[in-house]
Amino acid sequence: MSARVLVGVKRVIDYAVKIRVKPDRTGVVTDGVKHSMNPFCEIAVEEAVKLKEKKLVKEVVAVSCGPQQVQETIRTALAMGADRGIHVEVSGKDYETLGPLQVSKILAALAKKEQADLIILGKQAIDDDCNQTGQMTAALLDWPQRSPEDGTFASEVNIEADKLKVVREIDGGLETIKINLPAVVTADLRLNTPRYATLPNIMKAKKKKIANVKPADLGVDVSSRLEVLKVDEPPQRQAGVKVETVHDLVGKLKEAGRI
Amino acid sequence: MALRRALSRLLVNSQRCSLISVSRAQGTSAPAAYEEQAKKAAKTPKVQFNWRDALDLEGLLTEEEIMIRDSFRTYCQEKLMPRILMANRNEHFHREILNEMGELGVLGPTIQGYGCAGTSYVAYGLIAREVERVDSGYRSVMSVQSSLVMHPINAYGTEAQKQKYLPKLARGEILGCFGLTEPNHGSDPGGMETKAKYNPSSRTYTISGAKTWITNSPYADICVVWAKCEDGRVRGFVLERGMNGLSTPKIEGKFSLRASATGMILMDEVEVPEENLLPHVSGLAGPFGCLNNARYGIAWGALGAAEFCFHAARQYTLDRIQFGVPLARNQLIQKKMADMLTEITIGLQSCLQLGRLIDQKKYNPEMISMLKRNSCGKALDIARQARDMLGGNGIADEYHIIRHVLNLEAVNTYEGTHDIHALILGRAITGLQSFTVGK
Repeated sequence: MSARVLVGVKRVIDYAVKIRVKPDRTGVVTDGVKHSMNPFCEIAVEEAVKLKEKKLVKEVVAVSCGPQQVQETIRTALAMGADRGIHVEVSGKDYETLGPLQVSKILAALAKKEQADLIILGKQAIDDDCNQTGQMTAALLDWPQRSPEDGTFASEVNIEADKLKVVREIDGGLETIKINLPAVVTADLRLNTPRYATLPNIMKAKKKKIANVKPADLGVDVSSRLEVLKVDEPPQRQAGVKVETVHDLVGKLKEAGRI
Repeated sequence: MALRRALSRLLVNSQRCSLISVSRAQGTSAPAAYEEQAKKAAKTPKVQFNWRDALDLEGLLTEEEIMIRDSFRTYCQEKLMPRILMANRNEHFHREILNEMGELGVLGPTIQGYGCAGTSYVAYGLIAREVERVDSGYRSVMSVQSSLVMHPINAYGTEAQKQKYLPKLARGEILGCFGLTEPNHGSDPGGMETKAKYNPSSRTYTISGAKTWITNSPYADICVVWAKCEDGRVRGFVLERGMNGLSTPKIEGKFSLRASATGMILMDEVEVPEENLLPHVSGLAGPFGCLNNARYGIAWGALGAAEFCFHAARQYTLDRIQFGVPLARNQLIQKKMADMLTEITIGLQSCLQLGRLIDQKKYNPEMISMLKRNSCGKALDIARQARDMLGGNGIADEYHIIRHVLNLEAVNTYEGTHDIHALILGRAITGLQSFTVGK
């Protein structure tokens, strides 16, 4: 199988960090804060590497958009088994306003340029929780898109005779779908368990290539049509009130105008 | 509240105060100079003190070393930490961890080829620190396999021996142990009583003797044993489980390193083929070369255990309220934490420098002795202090610190006791040996 897979990886604030809002309320504090690969993207990389190990795919290319630091994230993908990386340079103001629409335009352009047969992305990023990039990318390319939902029994992604076979868990049981390649797949939490990058692979990753590309080179305009007005902490939890009887509860609800 | 505000004002304004006093002393030209300085001070961003990494060790590591450390730290916290409570309580050795570590490629990491990663000594140190953050017993298992079994085979063995043993050891398929210490000879390995007699007719060596305090021995597939030959020279032999006369009983009643299995190696006229001799070294330089390799890892590792104790004690004293305030509000507690922070920070910086020197081949054994002794002694002290800070809860294994306290007693003692390393350094400092009573 000579398929090439493009995997998008996003550098986000580490899930364990306590997020703080900047004093000017234009965003959250990112300076000096620990960052790592978005957990859903880790799962996407793992799936791509698994397909390569099953010899269903020839090459796995990891892509990330952002400033110099995202190269760390691409290196992590390389250490997990991706073959090469592409760093799409976006920095400063452009990076602050970079969202799913621009990223999906970049991915679509790259997919055409690299002649990718499959794009695997994380379902969503843990910083903006958009859950849009996969769908937008598919729409821009006019490719089918599927999310294999979680599966306690290894939900699978397989390539059989030029079609993508996806098994997903639904309410009534398991659903098996075949979709035409090329396609976009978005990975959800229980698709797989990402491997720990082994020492030899981390050392091999040093030698793998990361190409630098600018959005302009791909003919993509990264200006945003969205403007962030204000970022606030969630409201502080107020104390509740204890009531003695159901009668009291109904009374309180009526008082608050809820019923 | 007012006191706190006054205090913070003092701290924030101390810079400004000194500027004002300087400008007052200088007269009317002062206000302009003061403005300049204030502007400059506003432009340079304030560097926050990071108690987790006070002297920015992170900034001195390569990207590769950081990735190795991060990946392995995740494995240790996710896969080893959940096992250790019961493993330590029930004295159960999880043989599987060797296979898991083998898969990650962290066994014998500094060896080139034979399925090993071939990484730097600094990376080896970082790996040891992450494992020992969980448990010194696990780190002992890893140290023995990497530095005391794989290293001698790699450094002193034949190509055939390397091909036969190293890949399997690297994968954790087979487990090794290192037999030097004897019941009557700990600090003076040169006095060992284990003998190896050569039989020209069968081209074998007959080895008899007893080794004790051998990490991994009850479960080991191979034993690298050091014995005195007929010419009085100490040489290394690879013994394999199944050889007649070889037995490895477990040592019972151990209160330290309980998560790792320790035992004896009893050899009753064991016939060892001459192909199992490690030919490229003779004399005590052999075992000492291995021990130095392991001691370096221990210097890093002990500080990992100390870090765990420090962080755990900090969190506990922040959470625990007595007399209406967190324990961490108290001066005695803060002083203890200041001491812990200082020793750990300084210790890690010295270990990094040592690692870099080893990678450049610009080191000597005394450097390693100095840091093994420092890290172990300081870590034991930190663990004991941390245990004290946890009060009664400090003796419960659920809080983990007591386990580190017990473990570090052994870590401070093995691979050269605290005092023996002092003598090694004393000899290097003065030129006069003080190991023996004679001249």
